[in-house]
Amino acid sequence: MKLKVPVEITINGKSCSGEVEPRQLLVHFIRENAGLTGTKVGCDTSQCGTCTVVLDGSTAKACTVLTVQASGSSVTTIEGFADGANLHPLQEAFWNNHALQCGFCTPGMIIAADAILRNNPSPTREEIRQGLEGNICRCTGYQNIVRAVEQAAETMGGG
Amino acid sequence: MTTRVFSSGIRRREDPRLITGRASYTDDIKLPGMVYAAILRSMYAHANIRSIDTSAAAGQPGVIAVYTGADTEGALNGLPCAWLIPNSDLKTPAHPAIAKDRVRYVGDAVAVVVAETRYQAEDALEHIVVEYEPLDAVLNPKDAAQDGAPQLHDDAPNNVAFTWAVAGGDADAAFADADVTVSDVITLPRLIANPMEPRSAIAQWVGATGELTLWNTSQNPHIARFLTCVVTGVPEHKIRVIAPEVGGGFGSKIPYYPDEAITAFCSMRLGVPVKWTETRSENYLATTQGRDHIEEVEMAATSDGKITGLRTTVYAGLGAYLSTAAPGVPTILHGLMYSGAYDIPNISGTIYGVFNNGTPVDAYRGAGRPEATTLIERLVDVLAAELGMDPVEVRRKNLIPKFENGHDVVTGLTYDSGDYGATLDTVLDAAGYSALREEQEQARGEGRLMGVGVSTYVEICGLGPSQVAGAVGFQGGLWESAIVRFHPTGKVNVMVGSSPHGQGEETTFAQIVAEEVGVGVDDVEIIHGDTDLTPMGWGTYGSRTTAVSGAAVTLATRKIKDKSKALAAHLLEAATEDIEYEDGRFFVRGSPDQHKTIQDIALMANVAWDMPEGMEPGLEASAFYDPPNFTYPFGAHLAVVEVDPATGQIDLQRYIAVDDCGVQINPMIVEGQVHGGVAQGVGPVLWEGVVYDESGQPLTGTMLDYALPRADGLPDIEVQSNTTPSPHHPLGVKGVGEAGTIASTPTVYNAVMDALRPLGITRIDMPLTPEKVWRAMQDARNGG
Repeated sequence: MKLKVPVEITINGKSCSGEVEPRQLLVHFIRENAGLTGTKVGCDTSQCGTCTVVLDGSTAKACTVLTVQASGSSVTTIEGFADGANLHPLQEAFWNNHALQCGFCTPGMIIAADAILRNNPSPTREEIRQGLEGNICRCTGYQNIVRAVEQAAETMGGG
Repeated sequence: MTTRVFSSGIRRREDPRLITGRASYTDDIKLPGMVYAAILRSMYAHANIRSIDTSAAAGQPGVIAVYTGADTEGALNGLPCAWLIPNSDLKTPAHPAIAKDRVRYVGDAVAVVVAETRYQAEDALEHIVVEYEPLDAVLNPKDAAQDGAPQLHDDAPNNVAFTWAVAGGDADAAFADADVTVSDVITLPRLIANPMEPRSAIAQWVGATGELTLWNTSQNPHIARFLTCVVTGVPEHKIRVIAPEVGGGFGSKIPYYPDEAITAFCSMRLGVPVKWTETRSENYLATTQGRDHIEEVEMAATSDGKITGLRTTVYAGLGAYLSTAAPGVPTILHGLMYSGAYDIPNISGTIYGVFNNGTPVDAYRGAGRPEATTLIERLVDVLAAELGMDPVEVRRKNLIPKFENGHDVVTGLTYDSGDYGATLDTVLDAAGYSALREEQEQARGEGRLMGVGVSTYVEICGLGPSQVAGAVGFQGGLWESAIVRFHPTGKVNVMVGSSPHGQGEETTFAQIVAEEVGVGVDDVEIIHGDTDLTPMGWGTYGSRTTAVSGAAVTLATRKIKDKSKALAAHLLEAATEDIEYEDGRFFVRGSPDQHKTIQDIALMANVAWDMPEGMEPGLEASAFYDPPNFTYPFGAHLAVVEVDPATGQIDLQRYIAVDDCGVQINPMIVEGQVHGGVAQGVGPVLWEGVVYDESGQPLTGTMLDYALPRADGLPDIEVQSNTTPSPHHPLGVKGVGEAGTIASTPTVYNAVMDALRPLGITRIDMPLTPEKVWRAMQDARNGG
């Protein structure tokens, strides 16, 4: 596979360009080319959600998007969620509610939770659980993640 | 005044780096000049290797090297088993890192490619040509132990790796004299641990110094160093193992795997750093799995429900080779727990550890104890049904009465402390048990299938006294050590040999130090997971980190306090025995204004301008803690389910956990452990289980096929706790990591079976998928 294609993706507001194989997965571009390792590879089959990022305003599982598909797009990863030293309300709520243990699913989980709240600022507990269905956590049994999303909804003005 | 933080649910200090994506897990590390390994794995469950041709692969773009078992022969020793249980005729067949002549499971390593990029390494795997001669395979552990079954190892006839027995009292006499006996066959499916972080290893060999550094997703880096030494021959003091951020393990990151040995081998051959990271599908083939028990069990009792005997015959699947701790799991951690929370006077069990053509089986959260608790708790329900008694009443009749300092059970264990009836009372109150039974009565009248399940459990944790470890064949100790180091500014580093990977001990241990010597919790930093930076320790598993390693931290901090008292006496010109301590201050009795703070002491000890005669400078202490006994957390859980009579779909409606894990240092973390544990124990009842076809091909090869608990499948778990301190632990701590997993499997299984009782259904093999439940209901309705 010798052919390489130029790409340019804006990640967390910063332009990242490179020459990549057409088959390269976006998650590998983010991790290897852009050096942002907060986005994880958990399953390769878009089941677990550890690679979830925001792609042009919608969540996407970056293990199932080709880098070339995302060229010209804007991506936000977990590293782009805090505003300097100020944590995003979801990050704060995850911390307050012990919504993480090993932390490996957390970046994807926070981004999935953000999508829930963007679409529905005052979700019910049931709606939160359904909204997190595409992200697997093996440590927490999800309960504190649900609590965290509820708390973030309140601080973000929904709730 | 410092803030009191002991027994308080303070936020974890681990979290800021994790919620911002700044934590560094093994696969996040990139070293200069690093190259990538990918491993070719057997596609057959059982086959002879006729030939391997790597020439085409070697010529692929970016490929640096291709190695097979012929290359590692003489360079890598076989993988050792580290739990050699005695009196069991244990067989330990050779386990080469790379199979050379024969493969024994789908996933057995056959060759490794090293290339400049991971994509190139994986591409080249497809150009390796292996000629196999397929052989018959066997997966069911009972079938594997029968005459005529395909044989995996020449030195393990009938595939039996060991036959281990537990006995206490006279079980045969108890059964002969029993008013009533009940029996069951319980199958605990093979489970995949599924930490969200796949395993990974980076090996960096520096030939000039003869030093090997291994970054590894390990729960026990010191054991990994020891076993790396055994397998690679690099001396132990020249090996550094670093377990950086580790994304969960649940037992599956205890073992020493072929993969890290292969990665080390590649780096040693090539002289450059080599990284290997498994894919999730690879994890499903090559990372150790759990359970795989077939349990033929029976219980004897009097007509009024007093249990008089328990007999078991268990076939425990071990997979194709003995993994690091495998033999100890279905024996020491299982059979010795057969008395459960009850006084069962007569027990006899025989456990066959059986090789089968599957991925090796080792510890998975609970490790042996869920398998024991499930069989006991299921039999209690079966007995209750047989006698027409309420299952809660049978439990009450048999629970060990409250004890504070030691209770012997016939399997030879001495439980430390317990008030089992209290947790049962608490859970029944919380659930509104009698109202639930009335509701069930009404539901049944309406044709609805509602069920209530209860289990009362006790677990063996805080592993454990090293003398016992030796007596039961564990090839290591089970103590822990800690170094507490005060810097001149009064800030503290604590180095521990254990290796938490999600359990939050960076916070919990800081809370211990803060409580013991009155420093601010934020002034304490815990260092773990690096064999060059930390003292020896045996690792994080078996609910032992806070119980054992936390005790070492406590004792080391108490030494700091003793030295501080002596130094304060010298500085205040008083006798040591006249110095009192309160909340971070040392003062002369009766004169609290004349005091030295712990920070004053730290500075004076470090500058050493005015030390008492004979006292060494510095404020640092280490402690080694070898527990005098195991700890025995316990509890009572209750679940409410409803089964859809039309589809077999199970709705888990309520789950209530009441656990007593002794003194709690951070109740928020304890509750989180219960939540996660319960979810993992519910998994195999409702969804989880590895499925193989007849040829030994795993059909559950990805997360698409292996059903894990998801957010929308679980109810809110109602958590309560009681506190019965462990009498022998410096803080009264017992441990909580596995409690939820141990209790929830029998609780939910019993609830579903209770729901199906009106149809006459008494057993369905886990997982209880809608299809299986629907079929059982159809059979029952058709007079099955």
